[in-house]
Amino acid sequence: MTPAVLIEKLQKRYGTVEAVKDVSFQIEPGEIFGLLGPNGAGKTTTLRCLCTLTEPDSGRIEVSGISVTEQPRLARQRLGYVAQEIALDKVLTGRELLQLQAALYHLPRAVISDRIESVLSLLGLQDYADKKTGTYSGGLKKRLDLAAGLLHQPDVLVLDEPTVGLDIESRLAVWDFLRRLREQGTTVLLTSHYLEEVDVLADRVAIIDQGVVIACGKPSELKDRVGGDRITLRIREFAPLEEAEKAKSLLQTIPTVQEVIINSSQGNSLNLVVSPQSDALLTVQKVLQEAGLPTFGIAQSRPSLDDVYLAATGRTLLDAEIAAAGTRDEKAERKKSMR
Amino acid sequence: MSSTMTSTKASLNGKVAVAQTPSSANPVGDFFQETIALTRRLFIQLQRRPSTLIAGIIQPLMWLILFGALFQNAPQGLFGDNVNYGQFLGAGVIVFTAFGGALNAGLPVMFDREFGFLNRLLVAPLSSRYSIVAASAIFITAMSLIQTAAIVAMSAFLGAGLPDALGLGLVALIVLLLVVGVTALSLGLAFSLPGHIELIAVIFVTNLPLLFASTALVPLAFMPIWLQWVATLNPLSYAIEPIRYIYLHDNWSLNSIVMQAPWGQVTLGTALLILLSFAAAVLLSIQPRLRRSLA
Repeated sequence: MTPAVLIEKLQKRYGTVEAVKDVSFQIEPGEIFGLLGPNGAGKTTTLRCLCTLTEPDSGRIEVSGISVTEQPRLARQRLGYVAQEIALDKVLTGRELLQLQAALYHLPRAVISDRIESVLSLLGLQDYADKKTGTYSGGLKKRLDLAAGLLHQPDVLVLDEPTVGLDIESRLAVWDFLRRLREQGTTVLLTSHYLEEVDVLADRVAIIDQGVVIACGKPSELKDRVGGDRITLRIREFAPLEEAEKAKSLLQTIPTVQEVIINSSQGNSLNLVVSPQSDALLTVQKVLQEAGLPTFGIAQSRPSLDDVYLAATGRTLLDAEIAAAGTRDEKAERKKSMR
Repeated sequence: MSSTMTSTKASLNGKVAVAQTPSSANPVGDFFQETIALTRRLFIQLQRRPSTLIAGIIQPLMWLILFGALFQNAPQGLFGDNVNYGQFLGAGVIVFTAFGGALNAGLPVMFDREFGFLNRLLVAPLSSRYSIVAASAIFITAMSLIQTAAIVAMSAFLGAGLPDALGLGLVALIVLLLVVGVTALSLGLAFSLPGHIELIAVIFVTNLPLLFASTALVPLAFMPIWLQWVATLNPLSYAIEPIRYIYLHDNWSLNSIVMQAPWGQVTLGTALLILLSFAAAVLLSIQPRLRRSLA
């Protein structure tokens, strides 16, 4: 079967910045595929290359077997792209925006109004269709943007950070909506830097870091592959580093503890990898108690997608976010996204 | 081209719909569909935010009334035999207004770039991305013709007279040529400059100097020689002088001499040719930039 999306050895550089170094993945029809990574990892650039907004330096990109670089118009017809920033014309009503969208995708006039009604009802927008989009709330805007992306019934719906900036209720509504889309057979590619979002939604996920895919597979498989259980330990709410170091050296002597990492971005808390189904939690508490160290909080869990990321990159997603926040040039990025 | 390639697939509400692929449609029809839709958007914006149009009509009328009054007591015959300043000024205001509107044509496109709306258009399977440019040009041209009509009517009311139908048609053609050239220039800038602040700055430094270095407000003969040279290199003068001539002479023809440039005489026909070349030159020169943004 032809994959819905095929990306092979994608590379894209902006000046001296290698935004995408080596990205390859394949999406089967009907899947929800998640692209997970910190801000600045190359997710948006990958999507922009896929949606013909940016010319890749090298690599192969196909949508339903159509090369996006060789037959961009055909490929565009098969793709629905919902960008991270919601760009609506605030003077138009929702219905007028969809009418514009219908003309841009050359839908036959006979089907346009039926098609608009069906996406409006699909996203629960009937009551707002004839109001100006400038009066919409953030959640409504996103729903209209999704409706616009779906209007021409694309093979693949491409969503860049679909729930960033949304309230919890709208976010859950988007999740629910994407699941219903999958039931109807639409392929969905979404990027996210929310672990939870990818974990609950995606059938398969590619984790991307600094322009490279570092892991790809079903979320459950990826987590199993990392192995071990996780213990998060906070000695104090904000522990001094020496105390954390002291606890670390003590805990490393426990046989069921495989690894200890001090997480400086979380008040010097300790992240432990321990043998699964062991009594490590009790042992850790006992060792701390004997050494006279306090315990502010301690929790054991199965590995998460964050642990998959941590295992591959040596830092947590949050750390990567924080590190990236200081080094990113927002203005330059905005400029490169402008055509 | 009736060979339709259609594929059926389940539509979102469960019914079966026909999904169209671009290869099934004819490219010319597609181009019209997308251009009309994009133009419609601009007219909906105008209808809901009419302030630009209202201001765009009030401003030239103020020019006519206030500037006209400023020179009301100028010595008779200063602007030509039996010509009062109001009659002289009409042509200048028509051209200056059309020029100002066209110069601003790039602003909405720049805002679309900045707010990401342009991306919405660029991910769509447009038959040609020049439909985006065409829609702006159609819109601005329509605006300019509405403004011109208002100025012509007001000038007539103020006693500047009214050219015959053919004359009015030629006035419209001259406005059209200038608007196409300047709109193209503005759209080229809208795709080249980094943001709307820069675009507004360019508009700001272009607008009034080009007005004062043209024959809009005073005849060429009033100017020092160096300014005469500048004014006769200014495309605005080639729109103003023919319109003025048509206004002041019933017996105009393409051979009528409309301007005495320091380097020779300019006929109405030559002025039209120069405007046409200006529009063509600008259209050609922005091609590479547009192709880079819209290819």
